[in-house]
Amino acid sequence: MLLIRCPFCEEDRPEVEFRYAGEAHIARPSDPAGESDGAWADFLYLRTNPKGWHAERWHHVHGCGRFLNAVRHTVTDRIAATYKPGEARPDPGRPDGEANR
Amino acid sequence: MTRERLPATEEPFRLASGGRIDRTGRITFSFDGNVYYGRPGDTLASALLANGVHLVGRSFKYHRPRGILSAGSEESNALVTVRRDWRRATPNLRATEVEIYEGLAAESQNRWPSLERDAASINDRVSGLFPAGFYYKTFMGPKSLGRAGRATWKRLYEPAIRRMAGLGRAPIDADPDRYASRYAHCDVLVIGAGPAGLAAALAAAEAGASVILADEQAEPGGSLLSETHVRIDGAPAWDWLAATLQRLSSFDRVRVLPRTTVFGAYPDRMLGLVERISDHLAAPDANVPRERLWQVRAREIVLASGTIERPLVFPDNDRPGIMLAESVATYLHRYAVIAGTHAVVVAASDDAYAVAADLVGHGVRVERIVDVRETAGRAARDLVEAAGIGVTSGAVVLGTRGRRRVSAVDVAHAEARSESIACDVVLMSAGRQPTLHLFSQLRGRLAWQEDRQALMPVAAIDHVHLAGAVAVAGGTIGAALESGFNAGETAARTTGASAALPRVPLADADPPAWLETAPAPRAVRVARGRAFVDFQNDVTTKDIRIATHEGFRSIEHVKRYTTTGMATDQGKTSNVNALGVVAGALDVDIAALGHTTFRPPFTPVSFGALAGECRNQLFDPVRLTPIDPSARARGAVFEAVGQWQRARYYPRVGEDMRTAVDRECRAVRASVGIFDGSTLGKIEVAGPGAAEFLDRIYVNNLVNLTVGRCRYAVMLSEAGYVMDDGIVARLARDRFHVTTTTGGAAGVLAHMEDYLQTEFTDLQCWLTSVTEQWGVIAVQGPKAREVLAPLVEDVDLSVSALPHMALAEGRILDVPMRLFRVSFTGELGYEVNVPAGHARAVWDEILKRAEALDGAPYGTEAMHVLRAEKGYVIVGQESDGTVTPADLGLPTGAAKRDFVGKRSLSRPDMVKPGRPELVGLECMDGGGPLEEGLQLTQIPDPPAGTPASGYVTSSYYSATLDRPIALALVSGGRARIGDTVFAPMPKGARQVRIVAPVFYDPKGGRLHV
Repeated sequence: MLLIRCPFCEEDRPEVEFRYAGEAHIARPSDPAGESDGAWADFLYLRTNPKGWHAERWHHVHGCGRFLNAVRHTVTDRIAATYKPGEARPDPGRPDGEANR
Repeated sequence: MTRERLPATEEPFRLASGGRIDRTGRITFSFDGNVYYGRPGDTLASALLANGVHLVGRSFKYHRPRGILSAGSEESNALVTVRRDWRRATPNLRATEVEIYEGLAAESQNRWPSLERDAASINDRVSGLFPAGFYYKTFMGPKSLGRAGRATWKRLYEPAIRRMAGLGRAPIDADPDRYASRYAHCDVLVIGAGPAGLAAALAAAEAGASVILADEQAEPGGSLLSETHVRIDGAPAWDWLAATLQRLSSFDRVRVLPRTTVFGAYPDRMLGLVERISDHLAAPDANVPRERLWQVRAREIVLASGTIERPLVFPDNDRPGIMLAESVATYLHRYAVIAGTHAVVVAASDDAYAVAADLVGHGVRVERIVDVRETAGRAARDLVEAAGIGVTSGAVVLGTRGRRRVSAVDVAHAEARSESIACDVVLMSAGRQPTLHLFSQLRGRLAWQEDRQALMPVAAIDHVHLAGAVAVAGGTIGAALESGFNAGETAARTTGASAALPRVPLADADPPAWLETAPAPRAVRVARGRAFVDFQNDVTTKDIRIATHEGFRSIEHVKRYTTTGMATDQGKTSNVNALGVVAGALDVDIAALGHTTFRPPFTPVSFGALAGECRNQLFDPVRLTPIDPSARARGAVFEAVGQWQRARYYPRVGEDMRTAVDRECRAVRASVGIFDGSTLGKIEVAGPGAAEFLDRIYVNNLVNLTVGRCRYAVMLSEAGYVMDDGIVARLARDRFHVTTTTGGAAGVLAHMEDYLQTEFTDLQCWLTSVTEQWGVIAVQGPKAREVLAPLVEDVDLSVSALPHMALAEGRILDVPMRLFRVSFTGELGYEVNVPAGHARAVWDEILKRAEALDGAPYGTEAMHVLRAEKGYVIVGQESDGTVTPADLGLPTGAAKRDFVGKRSLSRPDMVKPGRPELVGLECMDGGGPLEEGLQLTQIPDPPAGTPASGYVTSSYYSATLDRPIALALVSGGRARIGDTVFAPMPKGARQVRIVAPVFYDPKGGRLHV
């Protein structure tokens, strides 16, 4: 039962209040008509799958309803940081997947 | 404590004094129908042993007689069924944990006709047929019988083998008990209330932290409960125990939970606990829950879970009367029970020597200590010499004798190739494995340590503190108290508790710490008989060697191939020995093997505890519309649509579904029908950017939607597939009322919020879900206007003032109303939206008016038929997430610059010829409606492997047209209108004609009246 800190509520909340919403920092192309089929397919389907820190989105659907970003380690499940959409991805700092909190 | 035992007529193996049982009480209980006496405080195991009963079960595969192995939750053999009444029978309980109560009725398992004479014990003689993995190699075919031969495992062998193997029988009646559930937060969760756990809880509580102390046993105390020598702070250990519990109960911020197992640890220190509340009571109150699930979020955890003693692996090490040494000491001191009168101790550690001396002190003859090591420690040897016990060192156990009770141990040593030592109880002691399951579940890593001969933590983990025997694989009481106290203090201080502490409790008269233990067995010489590694699943050393011979080298593979460690005891007494045997077979170090994954639950947890109150009506939330009571009063038959209950049809007396639905459809087309549309999703979209937002998220042009008008709108995923549809109604320049499908409401809102919050951040637009705020009453049919006109105020219903797809705001029956002139039936239609609290009263009035005009209520079934007659699609019926708007003949937004999904519509796969296209189907054979999902083919009997041309998406009998109709998706279907295709069925293909997907009023004239 992960605890996720919602940056809008400014509280740790249990993961059942959230819904996973895929990889973060994937911007919709500003001119979709100008994208080639291959580039558009990459935008739709291609995602990184690291064994390590992963920037991803969570939707606080049973809370404030906001979308937020998190940096989570895919092996240890530690969440190093959460931040608002539009903010820069923070550096997690610990390559072994442990968090400093 | 004395040597005297009670008179032979009752509890012949109970000592006359000592123990923690209540000697003033007496309990009558039965086991397999035989009546015995026990005492309050006894477990079923201790009471049976007091009565000299050792044979308590038959093993899983071989049906070998089995006895009580231990005194705790690690018990592998003594599994019983406790039957409280005809509805409450719990199988597979460990007799060492069952607390007896007056009238308890327990039964052994897996035996027929009786425990003493079990017919299936023949399995033991033909055990060669059942080695590890036998079902991959035997009991198949014969191939010559072809199909029948392939079925023999499933039809013949498996049922028979399953009947013969197994544990208890699960009850089949509904569970009559209540189960409760609670959440709790605490600063420090202490797991285990032995000396270390008690000291930790004390320290944490004194420091000011909130504490939960949980112990799986009925009484807190752990190893102190069988400790009669040690003194703590100058008093007997039991006095210190009582005083400490008293002190803990004086704090409001401390909760002590006996009979509570911490069964699982989950991320971020959430733990699952199950508290057993009433199973030990003779007459539990029916209102009291039987068990309670606790979900505890702890800031710090102290793990004081102790150790589990390891059995030795030698031939025939599983007979009744062969027990773990420390457990025998527990029966002696805690329950005043002696497990036998002449014992042999098979030792691989010095611990056993102390137990041997103890037994002699209580009148038990210890025939010999058989030590598999070359020599024991000085202190241990001195102790047993003083007690007059003979020791044979450097011995090998060749086997044991005695079918229903051990009668002798055969040993080989320097002085004799084989010596048989008569006995009636055998004690095994081979070191201890710390109980680190929860540590592992908290992602602590374990590794084999040669010096301790145990799996030990590799490194500490944040917020988790090990205390007592679990941290060092043994140790003294004094050491446990100190380590527990320090752990509790550290944990409490980490949470900010800062009060001063008293000093650490001090123990004296502690026996020395015996930490010398023999290595885990790598090779076991088995000349005759079998050496058991996993008692509960009947896995022997031979099974493990077969696995390694067949190429299984990983311990995870060996586990699954042999099933060692997979029984309800999850390998508590077998995992380490299995590692040893595998390491020996592969000739590697144990450390190289790692270990199998520890998974919750630590001990079995009932489904009832996990379900709690979420049963029957409360299993899933049920959503009812405000009109529900009126529909039920009308006798409507309901269907579940997701979590919603929707009226499916309203049968009159004597009607079945078909006649009711036919009548409802005819009523709508001939006069008027009334339908509850309240479950549809509704979203208010407001703000200066609302129109632009809707335009970007739907296929249709919505920026130019006139105020006071509605438009049917299609929503695509970014990948271009139809996701949802609904009506967008413009109430004002910056305010829209948008509907969604019933099942899609939450998904559509999330989809919209995603784009608004993270992509279209340039727009000022806000969304509000109003699904439950508005009740919706659809009024559909030629007399719809006639029904509504006298009821509405301030709204001109004439066709010029309110044409099809217009909206008006006003009042109906003096209640606020949003009126949409929309139709899902193809008739003149309105959707009356009123605040939910008024919906039922408005429904009742509208219905009364409609029925006066020969109208009727109609349900979802009639709604489906009526829309299909018009070719209106239902998302999720005509679409499945892989269908584009072009496929369905819907608008494709070609003229718009961009919207969500548009770019995907021009991908090659989305425009290639042969895509599925929505068409209608007519049966050409005069038969009934086609089945939904039927595949359609070019020829009546295509060869296997031929791809289908399409499939039937919706199919109904149309009362309006008096014939069956269907909609289908057919590859390139629009060009094939007029063609004949086939629907293969078991009794022969049906012939079907492809037609346009609209069967009634194709020009739509009936909509515009």
